[in-house]
Amino acid sequence: MANVLANIFGKSPVQPLEKHIDIAYRCAKQLNAFFTAAFANDWVTAASVRDEIESLEHRADDIKKKIRLHLPKSLFMPVPREDLLELLLVQDKIANRTKDVSGLVLGRKMQFPKEIAEQFLEFVDRNIDAAKQARKSVRELDELFTAGFRGAEVTLVAGLIEELDRIETDTDDKQAALRASLFRLEKTLDPIDAVFMYKVIELTGEIADMAERVGRRLELLLSH
Amino acid sequence: MEAQYIYIGLAGAFGLFMAWGIGANDVANAMATSVGSSALTIKQAIVVAAIFEFAGAVLAGGEVTSTIRKGIVDANLLQGDEVLLIYGMLAALLAAAVWLLIASKNGWPVSTTHSIVGAIVGFAAVGIGIDAVQWGKVGTIVTSWVVSPVTAGFIAYLIYKSVQMLILHQDDPLVRAKRYVPVYIFFAAFTITLVTILKGLTHVGLDLDLRDSYLLAMAIAVGIALAGAYFIAKIKPDPKAEKSQHFYTVEKVFGVLMIVTACGMAFAHGSNDVANAVGPLAAVIGIATTGSITAKSTLPVWVLLIGGGGIVIGLATYGRHVIATVGKRITQLTPSRGFAAELAAATTIVIASGTGMPISTTHTLVGAVLGVGMARGIDAIDLRVVTRIFASWVVTVPAGAFLAIVFFYLFKLILP
Repeated sequence: MANVLANIFGKSPVQPLEKHIDIAYRCAKQLNAFFTAAFANDWVTAASVRDEIESLEHRADDIKKKIRLHLPKSLFMPVPREDLLELLLVQDKIANRTKDVSGLVLGRKMQFPKEIAEQFLEFVDRNIDAAKQARKSVRELDELFTAGFRGAEVTLVAGLIEELDRIETDTDDKQAALRASLFRLEKTLDPIDAVFMYKVIELTGEIADMAERVGRRLELLLSH
Repeated sequence: MEAQYIYIGLAGAFGLFMAWGIGANDVANAMATSVGSSALTIKQAIVVAAIFEFAGAVLAGGEVTSTIRKGIVDANLLQGDEVLLIYGMLAALLAAAVWLLIASKNGWPVSTTHSIVGAIVGFAAVGIGIDAVQWGKVGTIVTSWVVSPVTAGFIAYLIYKSVQMLILHQDDPLVRAKRYVPVYIFFAAFTITLVTILKGLTHVGLDLDLRDSYLLAMAIAVGIALAGAYFIAKIKPDPKAEKSQHFYTVEKVFGVLMIVTACGMAFAHGSNDVANAVGPLAAVIGIATTGSITAKSTLPVWVLLIGGGGIVIGLATYGRHVIATVGKRITQLTPSRGFAAELAAATTIVIASGTGMPISTTHTLVGAVLGVGMARGIDAIDLRVVTRIFASWVVTVPAGAFLAIVFFYLFKLILP
């Protein structure tokens, strides 16, 4: 029996988007355990963390596909469908970059110099912080929809995004410092290894970049 | 004459079946939001719907019933041939019922009102003669099918905008909600009570003058608003389910309001849709017992009782499953949004009932939901489905007409 009223509602993308950023964050969070194991040369643990990262990344992908599938052009929403899809895309990249960087490190069983291990872990953690703040911001999406993207809730989310920007700037500073530390050591390292270490730092830093872009996308929604 | 009993019996059976169908399917539209948002349990929803659908049908269903009964077909052309009208009304009832069955089996969003009006116009135009249809009145009815969703949408837009401005956009939505929701309750109760008193109560023998009507509506509305305020005061924020804006608890406050508008919606629905079932029945009874339609026979109240009873039976036997299913699927219609839609739709429908316009309650509610959507209130509305719904009457009216013509000639052959 088809009920007319029930059929006019499309599937709301709000809860799935919040679920998606949650998975993406949890995926990024694994990097701490992953690098800790990698620095300790414990590749068994690192491999198992990497499995977890992969499975989380797959789940994020699945949710992404489902959201896209349930967001036909005929939907009438308070914000443009394109903006939500863009938000989804950058959210997904948080998980993607996590997968890329862990794959690279595990594949080459990279040995980082002891001197920068601690500094590196701090840098990783700050990137995870950025992802976490992105999650906190996106989690306000349901409240934003309730408030119709106006008023006090908008101010609140704008504040969350500002904090996200601060964290991202912090990761940039940490990234520069880390590269400088690596530069001082690079003559003592195997050249190919050194090149890839720069690559790993760059990829890791992109997690915070993506988190910041999540903020930018959310901001676009606020301005509607 | 034995034939009259056959006619009345058949009309009674068809009418009851129609009423059952209305109760089984359409009542869910009124109650599902309240159940979905857990403002009411399913049992409470059934009780509320039963009481208010019945009250709406009996207290305020007279005008529309009268339109269906004698507003569409010009009875003056039928002098001496009144039995044709009996066949026609029976055919119209059966046609509408069959068409609704076919449609719901296929999942088509068709309206009971459109089916029955189409059926009556069909048998009258073809079976009796093109002049037998009061085209002017039919034109007005069709216009009201366009006007009612638009009106409901506009009212819903304004109501929801006011909710956003007064409550949702503020720093302290919960405090604001507790302050303003009783006012909304007052307005909801006042509007629906007033229209009912002004338009509906005359035929049950209660005739108040304008001033008394306003005072009575005001008194009832104040009483309901105070009761609402009492329950709202008891609502406490749930720290576990909360974020800083307290929207979760705000919705709980609106849940109280939602109960009032759900009652109004059930009442409005009963007042307009009961006619689809008992309008033709009333016509058949009128002709079969008095032998003519021109006789100024008033509508027997027991006919409305049958209609109201049929709706309640439909609700109790089948409607509760529909309510449960629909409630789960319209969670986007949270109390703050659902109340705006329901209040707008109920007001529009009750006014239509008062002026005797048989409108589609479902279309009106869909229009109201769109209005809330226009105010950026709804996550996602599927416009394809909405277009299909509004386009459905283009098919439903001819389909009802065609079936009614077939049944009309069939009855002419087989009935005495």
